[in-house]
Amino acid sequence: MAVKTVIEAIREGMDEEMARDESVFLIGEDVGNRGGVFLASDGLFKKYGELRVIDSPLAESCIVGVAIGAAVNGMRPIAEIQFADFIAPAMNQIIEEAARFCYRTAGDFNLPMVIRAPWGGGVHGALYHSQSIEATFGHIPGLKVVVPGTPADAKGLLKAAVRDPDPVLYLEHKRTYRLVKGEVPEGDRVVPIGKADVKREGKDLSLIAYGLMLTYCLEAAEKLAAEGVSAEVLDLRTIKPIDQAAIIATARKTGKVLVVHEDNRFAGIAAEVMAIIMENAFDALDAPVMRLTGPDVPAMPFNHVLEEAFMPNVEKILAKARELAAY
Amino acid sequence: MASVKMPQLGESITEGTIARWLKQPGDQVKKYEGLVEIITDKVNAEVPAPLAGILKEIKVKEGATVTVGTEIAVIEESVTATPATSAPPSKEIEEVQAAFNAPDAAASVPVAGPSSEGRTRLSPAVRALIEEHRISDAELSRIAGSGIGGRISKKDVEDFVSKRTQPATANGEQRQTAAPPAQSAPTAGTTVPLSPMRRAIATNMVKSKQTIPHAWTVAEVDMTNVVRFRQKAKDSFKLREGIDLTFVPIIVKAVVEGLKAVPVLNASWSEGGVVLHKDINIGVAVSVDDGLIVPVVHQADRMSISGLAKAIDDLAKRARAGKLGIPDVQGGTFTVNNPGTFGTVLSYSIIAPPQAGILAMDAIVKRAIVVEGDAIAVRSMMNLCLSFDHRVLDGVSAARFLQGVRRWLEGFSDQVPLY
Repeated sequence: MAVKTVIEAIREGMDEEMARDESVFLIGEDVGNRGGVFLASDGLFKKYGELRVIDSPLAESCIVGVAIGAAVNGMRPIAEIQFADFIAPAMNQIIEEAARFCYRTAGDFNLPMVIRAPWGGGVHGALYHSQSIEATFGHIPGLKVVVPGTPADAKGLLKAAVRDPDPVLYLEHKRTYRLVKGEVPEGDRVVPIGKADVKREGKDLSLIAYGLMLTYCLEAAEKLAAEGVSAEVLDLRTIKPIDQAAIIATARKTGKVLVVHEDNRFAGIAAEVMAIIMENAFDALDAPVMRLTGPDVPAMPFNHVLEEAFMPNVEKILAKARELAAY
Repeated sequence: MASVKMPQLGESITEGTIARWLKQPGDQVKKYEGLVEIITDKVNAEVPAPLAGILKEIKVKEGATVTVGTEIAVIEESVTATPATSAPPSKEIEEVQAAFNAPDAAASVPVAGPSSEGRTRLSPAVRALIEEHRISDAELSRIAGSGIGGRISKKDVEDFVSKRTQPATANGEQRQTAAPPAQSAPTAGTTVPLSPMRRAIATNMVKSKQTIPHAWTVAEVDMTNVVRFRQKAKDSFKLREGIDLTFVPIIVKAVVEGLKAVPVLNASWSEGGVVLHKDINIGVAVSVDDGLIVPVVHQADRMSISGLAKAIDDLAKRARAGKLGIPDVQGGTFTVNNPGTFGTVLSYSIIAPPQAGILAMDAIVKRAIVVEGDAIAVRSMMNLCLSFDHRVLDGVSAARFLQGVRRWLEGFSDQVPLY
């Protein structure tokens, strides 16, 4: 197995899917000759040509609208939103059309489309390049939302998203693109949507995270082990449909759970995870379920100190986990 | 500020034990809301708050015994309409600043602080483990909580269980459950901690034996007529009344008749003179899990056998369910005890002060008896053992009482009304 970065894994995944299935095409801002701002589609334009790697106008409603039309007509589009922060103009297409199309047509039409969007902060991206949108879209029935955190999962989930009959919002954390490296299995390996993954076994407490926070939690778990605390790390991988069974299992196993995300606290994914635990594993709990999240402030600040204050990091996770362990 | 005092739960009660505080300092209490559970040798009683307010201070800890009238808590009376104090204008600003200063800490999960109840508050996981491994309260109290505020964590219980089941380790550390059989040295016994009821009974019994000069006398009673009658009547009685017709209400009836004839036994000693009681209130001893309770059938002299049966059945059931109220254990003037159920033949009961006597009914056994005409017959015989306060009465009165009871029982027939 070769060690790859997240961005390489995504590129490889798109390449393989486009090679496998002619109906798969990519549309987005600067995805063509430029290869995307993060070079996710680097080389694909040359390989597959302008009919399958399409540079769009600077209009997200257009990108998603075109993808919907193509999907209705039997294509499998991958629509790239350059930054998740820019997705708002396409909200109407995603929520009102894509998410509800199957329901509205009583199952006559599925929309097999993927919307890729780089999300998350910690890259000095400030207000327009740092947002987390998983809770906003996770709330919408009819949408699937995946949030891979490792190269192997990024590739496997991209393949699953392309092959899924319904719209999938594929969120790639931009800080993980080149930071997180890992072995990616050779061959056509699909990671199923809706399955969480225990990335580290433990028995004293559980850390539940996804995206960049998964990497931070794994680091924190390593440090906790040195302190004699055995932390289990559960990678959600999919926000919607969420893997209830895996969440309940780890909560039952350790009895102490800390949920971590960088998205705003209020009505965030942590709140949903905590509710699942309270409803299904209350009798196994040994401490209140805790969460560590970004604050409820309008945006990620640009100032480095303030950005640090906003983002959960290894030190903050450690502090919270110690509090939980000591409870 | 108003002080809450240890109430007098019965006239013979001089002290009470705090079983459990139902409110903690700082809690809001409503008037008449349950404030504290108190145990005496007679009853578990929930004492209501005498007024509405905030429980300021608990002066007597759980498990402690204090005399009647001792201040046990302080309640700060609530003012009916809280005066509208102008809220400090900076509060909102402070909150906003706090939210910015410490975004995560601002809404962190409150953890159990070192409060007085932190020790007893167990998480669902800990409760499940306690149940699974059948950890007793005594064992639980030996588990040192390593959590915040001394909280017992799941891990603490798991560690305790693993040590409990481990054989004694090689380094000589002894476990209570794994003590190896010593060669001939006596095995050390275990000390069972005193429950508040156990302690209360002990105190009361010592007081009785030290102050009351007990005298003891026994009468042998031929119960054949009663046994036959009961045999005949019990099924239809059960059908009609829904409860068993036992010997107890019949004996109590006989005792009531005996006390009517010898009122000096339905009395109390006092330095001012012997107090003869107007009502005949019969205490009936009921054994419960951790001791003995003596609920009282009030005005037993106004009841039929059937009425007594119902009253006793009701009291016994409530005693075992821990649902007796204070009036149920107050005002007894004489006590009937029934150790005979367990086959005893001669019982020397201790008088419950301030009563003057207690009667034990021993086992009814068939014996060969010489009857009239020097014939030998098989009869159902029972001993009635009377302990009495020799300060109040003498042997003659006691014997006359026993004779009255005996005659009433031996003369029992269908003609004695059940109702």
